[in-house]
Amino acid sequence: MSLLRSTTPAQNASGVGTARGSAGMKTLVITLVGWSVALVIFFPILWMILTGFKTESAAIADPSFIFTPTLESYEAVQARSGYARFALNSVAVAFGSTFLALLIAIPSAYAMAFLPTKRTKGTLLWMLSTKMLPPVGVLVPIYLIFRDVGLLDTRTGLIIIYTLMNLPIVVWMLYTFFKDMPKDILEAGRMDGASTLQEVFFLLLPLTLPGIASTGLLSVILSWNEAFWSLNLTSSKAAPLTAYIASFSSPEGLFWAKLSAASTMAIAPILILGWMTQKQMVRGLTFGAVK
Amino acid sequence: MATLQLNNITKHFGDTAVIKGIDLEVNDREFVVFVGPSGCGKSTLMRIIAGLESATDGDIVIDGQRMNDVGPADRGLAMVFQSYALYPHMTVEGNMGFSMRLAGVPKEERRAKVLETAKILQLEPLLDRKPKALSGGQRQRVAIGRAIVRNPSIFLFDEPLSNLDAALRVQMRIELARLHEKLNATMIYVTHDQIEAMTMADKIVVLHDGVVEQVGSPMALYHHPANRFVAGFIGSPKMNFFDVELISTSPEGVQVRLPGGGECTVPVNAQALENASSENTPIESQPALELGIRPEHLVLDEAGALSGQIEVLERLGGQTSLYVRMGDLLVTLMTDGDVAYRVHETIRFGFAPERAHLFAADGRALPSLAQHPLAGLTRHDNRTSGDAEALA
Ligand SMILES: Nc1ncnc2c1ncn2[C@@H]1O[C@H](COP(=O)(O)OP(=O)(O)OP(=O)(O)O)[C@@H](O)[C@H]1O
Ligand SMILES: [Mg+2]
Repeated sequence: MSLLRSTTPAQNASGVGTARGSAGMKTLVITLVGWSVALVIFFPILWMILTGFKTESAAIADPSFIFTPTLESYEAVQARSGYARFALNSVAVAFGSTFLALLIAIPSAYAMAFLPTKRTKGTLLWMLSTKMLPPVGVLVPIYLIFRDVGLLDTRTGLIIIYTLMNLPIVVWMLYTFFKDMPKDILEAGRMDGASTLQEVFFLLLPLTLPGIASTGLLSVILSWNEAFWSLNLTSSKAAPLTAYIASFSSPEGLFWAKLSAASTMAIAPILILGWMTQKQMVRGLTFGAVK
Repeated sequence: MATLQLNNITKHFGDTAVIKGIDLEVNDREFVVFVGPSGCGKSTLMRIIAGLESATDGDIVIDGQRMNDVGPADRGLAMVFQSYALYPHMTVEGNMGFSMRLAGVPKEERRAKVLETAKILQLEPLLDRKPKALSGGQRQRVAIGRAIVRNPSIFLFDEPLSNLDAALRVQMRIELARLHEKLNATMIYVTHDQIEAMTMADKIVVLHDGVVEQVGSPMALYHHPANRFVAGFIGSPKMNFFDVELISTSPEGVQVRLPGGGECTVPVNAQALENASSENTPIESQPALELGIRPEHLVLDEAGALSGQIEVLERLGGQTSLYVRMGDLLVTLMTDGDVAYRVHETIRFGFAPERAHLFAADGRALPSLAQHPLAGLTRHDNRTSGDAEALA
């Protein structure tokens, strides 16, 4: 599209030859770089999807794009079963933790954005700094607590841990979206007689919905892809798809094709969700910039 | 019916005092304008009245009732914001009816009230539009409509016209004056546009650095500014100030020596200042006096006491502004559109002594011996009695 734009009649008419040439060159370079970066990012996923359709021997042979596609691996994975159960756990845990995180984060972000104190900035930074601690640092205490209160291998346990894991990011993102909201509008609402709760439900939430949606989506994706805690805190009942993938790598050695097929099935839902909400997501991430 | 009283209001943000003890009385159905330079605390004072900001100290009294601890919606006020602050996700009707929706008014009743208000503001064809599909002037009218719907006893406007272009501003100014007549409400209006202040106000409150410099009718402020700040702030172009030397005082006024050697007796009361002065210094021993004279009160005069060289000459057609160099001073002089002077010519000019103002070193004005005949005029007096009867 950008290539097309550089040769519109208006530009042809107004541009001096050399200037037009260098502008065209620039868009060409930018387009090439853009595509290359996208390809580099996407390539591992593409390779995984392709490998899933290979036979086990083709998968470990010299890398090649040319092969006879087969559903062999998918059949094998299906036969070992359990996908639906794991997927259901993933859905419950990802959406449950996101819901809970939003429920806690919306009032927190409201307070920080609209009723800031001297310590608000510090609190925000401190919250984010907890994300810099490697999770393994608290694995043992968390494991022991979970064991003692009976949360091991339960969805509730995972929901709690994922909520805590995502809360700093969710609060931080909502905070930036709320801060971008013109204060006057909320004050006008207050003059019109809105209570704090009405202010939030009638004005704040509808107006920051794109931001809330993209925050929620990010939280779902992070929870969906999380492996460390799910592997350590679940065994069978509550195990999500990340645990399902892992089960293909350890007991049976490295069956690349089956592993790829399982992984493809595990990421498919989130990939589709992400693709469908792409527009919302981009709008949310650039909310402040365009307004 | 609504009166407002502010008793010694102060406001601190952290350690900085923004409002430093303001007393004010607003009468029923009065149009009061707050003016002052940027950052002087106009918006803050208005937000304290609205209840969006709490006062650090002092009382806000509406209709005889202390309102400090009453929420913004329950004070019987409505506010129009500079940014309009319309709800972007609601239609015009939704915006105007929001307060009633919150109050649980049934839908039909809401609609009727919104329609009635929309009629006043010529908004009927726009009721289904969202704010982003409206022009600036239309948004402004919706914001005003949203305030009217609430039937407030006091309207608060924070620079409502500053985002509009010049032509629309004039139109909205007239419309607001008309609304004030029609709604019979008390209105408080913040602006730093002094044309708005002069034309709309019954009473102007000049704020500066968080204190009230003077309260009075536009004509009182123009003809009898209480101090140098108000004198310089009200009136456009700005008043000229000259350093003058005191010669003598007498019951007829204060005699001073003008730059260039001329003498002049300004009919002001020096005694009053002496009495009021805390140090009780007699005027003779005060270090300096300043004489203020408005550009429109300087007249070209071959026998005038002042002279200088024209540096810039601006012809506006009906009027000509002359910028005249007098030593370090650049004096502004408004005169007839047809004067035949050119740049670099030297001119003589003078003024009628009763048009001049004298300011003591601390900036206070020496009170005039005679009140200007129009100083007591209010906006209502501009109407003929026939008009007043027609409206009554
Ligand atoms: N929330 C706040 N925290 C700290 N200082 C503030 C706050 N709100 C206003 N101020 C300060 O108070 C002073 C007065 O502000 P205010 O908005 O009342 O000025 P204003 O007279 O309305 O000016 P303008 O004509 O520019 O609108 C300013 O110096 C401003 O920086
Ligand atoms: Mg302001």
